Amino acid sequence: MISLTHVLALSGILFAIAVAGVFLNRKNIIVLLMCIELMLLAVNFNFVAFSRFRGDLGGQIFVFFILTVAAAEAAIGLAILVVLFRERSSIEVEDLDTLQG
Amino acid sequence: MQSIYLTIVLAPLIACIIAGLFGKSIGRVGAHSITILGVGISCLLSVYVLYLLTFEDMAPFNGTVYTWLLSDGVQLNVGFLIDRLSALMMAVVTFVSLMVHIYTIGYMADDDGYQRFFSYISLFTFSMLMLVMANNFLQLFFGWEAVGVVSYLLIGFWYQRPSAIFASLKAFLVNRVGDFGFVLGIAAVLRYTGSLDYASVFSHANQIAAAQIHITDTVTWSAITFTCICLFIGAMGKSAQVPLHIWLPDSMEGPTPISALIHAATMVTAGIFMVARMSPLFELSETALSFVLIIGATTAFFMGLIGIVANDIKRVIAYSTLSQLGYMTVALGASAYSAGIFHLMTHAFFKALLFLAAGSVIIAMHHEQDMRKMGGLKKYMPITYWTCLIGCLALIGFPGTSGFFSKDSLIEAVGASHRVGSGYAYICVVTGVFITALYTFRMFIMTFLGKERMDHHTQEHLHESPWVVTVPLILLAIPSAFIGWFTVKPMLFGDFFEGAIYVAPANNVLEHLAEEFHGPGAFVLTALTALPVWLAGLGVLVAYTCFLWRPALADAAEARLKWLYTILVEKYGFDWFMEHVIMAGARRIGSGLWRFGDQAVIDEGLVNGSARTVGWLGSVMRYAQSGYLYHYAFAMILGLAGFLMWLIWR
Repeated sequence: MISLTHVLALSGILFAIAVAGVFLNRKNIIVLLMCIELMLLAVNFNFVAFSRFRGDLGGQIFVFFILTVAAAEAAIGLAILVVLFRERSSIEVEDLDTLQG
Repeated sequence: MQSIYLTIVLAPLIACIIAGLFGKSIGRVGAHSITILGVGISCLLSVYVLYLLTFEDMAPFNGTVYTWLLSDGVQLNVGFLIDRLSALMMAVVTFVSLMVHIYTIGYMADDDGYQRFFSYISLFTFSMLMLVMANNFLQLFFGWEAVGVVSYLLIGFWYQRPSAIFASLKAFLVNRVGDFGFVLGIAAVLRYTGSLDYASVFSHANQIAAAQIHITDTVTWSAITFTCICLFIGAMGKSAQVPLHIWLPDSMEGPTPISALIHAATMVTAGIFMVARMSPLFELSETALSFVLIIGATTAFFMGLIGIVANDIKRVIAYSTLSQLGYMTVALGASAYSAGIFHLMTHAFFKALLFLAAGSVIIAMHHEQDMRKMGGLKKYMPITYWTCLIGCLALIGFPGTSGFFSKDSLIEAVGASHRVGSGYAYICVVTGVFITALYTFRMFIMTFLGKERMDHHTQEHLHESPWVVTVPLILLAIPSAFIGWFTVKPMLFGDFFEGAIYVAPANNVLEHLAEEFHGPGAFVLTALTALPVWLAGLGVLVAYTCFLWRPALADAAEARLKWLYTILVEKYGFDWFMEHVIMAGARRIGSGLWRFGDQAVIDEGLVNGSARTVGWLGSVMRYAQSGYLYHYAFAMILGLAGFLMWLIWR
């Protein structure tokens, strides 16, 4: 029988993979976006798990909202990415250091 | 009665406000009419109050008019104490002020600041009345400062002249030194009695006398001596006693009516009045009275000497004022407070007269004040000549004049005193009589007698001054000549000041004199055989010899006593000392504080220093800003992890 702990551990592993992806990725900014999506999915996984084990459907409704927002965010993120590529002809993370003080 | 007292004080203030704020629209005539009306009302009512107190035996008034504020049990009131002492001062102040108001119409006739001047002198009258009528220390201090401010304004009345600005600033600053002591004295009174009201302070005077101030474990001061000396330092500033006298000769930069009103008759005597008012406190401290005695004697003698070498007619009278203020102070120091106040009153009349006469001469000479360019004015200005002669005779104490009664009894009182320093003071005041006669008649002779030394143009235009100038002269000459006959007995040997001035029985020198007093006539006759009158006569004789009959003698004396002459012309170096040591020192301390405290510590250290520290910190911190997203994300995760740890393990 799969318990809540198992599901939470899986979502934690997914989140950790996403965070590691953010840190370790030096090349492609698209991977960064994907990692952020993955973090959101890990959180969604938590919502679904708690909803299932507590018998409360509210959590699963939240997941729909978050998925919608995440889709919108991904669309905007990709649009910015396209503009950025036209501007710089590169989407390498190493090149994007204009935030430097 | 309270409404009468309020009217006395407020009439000049209202006149001052009208003349000051609406001077342009009411014009010159309006300005002098309204202020003379205001002071005239005050004068009439003051004389009426004095009459009631003296002849109708009205009880003294002591009451509060208005409570200004209440703080921690200390009540600060505006109130009046009207006894014979303050009523006498009120009458003298308003009378001299009225005379000066009338005189000013003539003296300031061509001046642009006519309305401003009238506004100022009315304001002065108001302030001086507040000072003398006060029934508490705070109101006394208010009046004290207010007369100081008006004095400052009036010395610098001709503000286009740099010398007038310098003199007004000097007067103000020197008075600050005295006022510092005065404030300390008032604070000490409040500390030891818990009240600022005269009546309650005097009834608790023993508390101050019993208290000690512990400076260190071994050094203790008597609180009453400390308090009295502090209060007297205030009087030294205002009444121009050595070494705080230096502002008074310079104050002659102001218009002459001011010199008569403020710097001779009234304001400078505020210190004398104050000490007499505080007699219940001063009587408790033998040391403080000795201090008063010695300071007064020094002023009386040494300032008179400078009068002999001064050439500016107003400065001679100014030094004479210093010397006479010294006489009054000596009387206070000898516990003969009534004699001091008596001399204050007679001096107010004859010194105002002398200043106004000098002013009349100055008008005729087209504002030339150097006596070496005068002479022989007798035939051109007979009224000024005769009134000035009366003033001079009163000043030197010619038998029968008002000055004679006050000064002679004052000298005898000092002679009868056994206080420490009274021997020195007696020598000073007796030789002072000779010096007074010498410089007074030197001034008189150089101005009115002898050769005419003015230039041709001035000589052609010489004439007697208009009636607005001569009438005040005559009105002041009458009390200068005669008032002594009526007042000497009640004021000095009677009970006129009973309740207002307190003298401890052991110190009562005037009581000894009273035993030998058999009416004013007999007083004159006895004095004819006494030393002071003969010394005064000798002084006049020397003046006539040296400055009229044998002028070569004066030059010879000057050449022979070159060192003494130089010392006197340099005024004993007080001015030099103040300018080069005190002022330069203060300036050096100031510039040191500016360089070190302001520029180095505040500007460089605090202001620029903090900016530089922040800048340096920023330049270090910017290395943390790599601009790479994953660095920032890493920092965020680390922070989050840190918070989580803290939440779990706290």
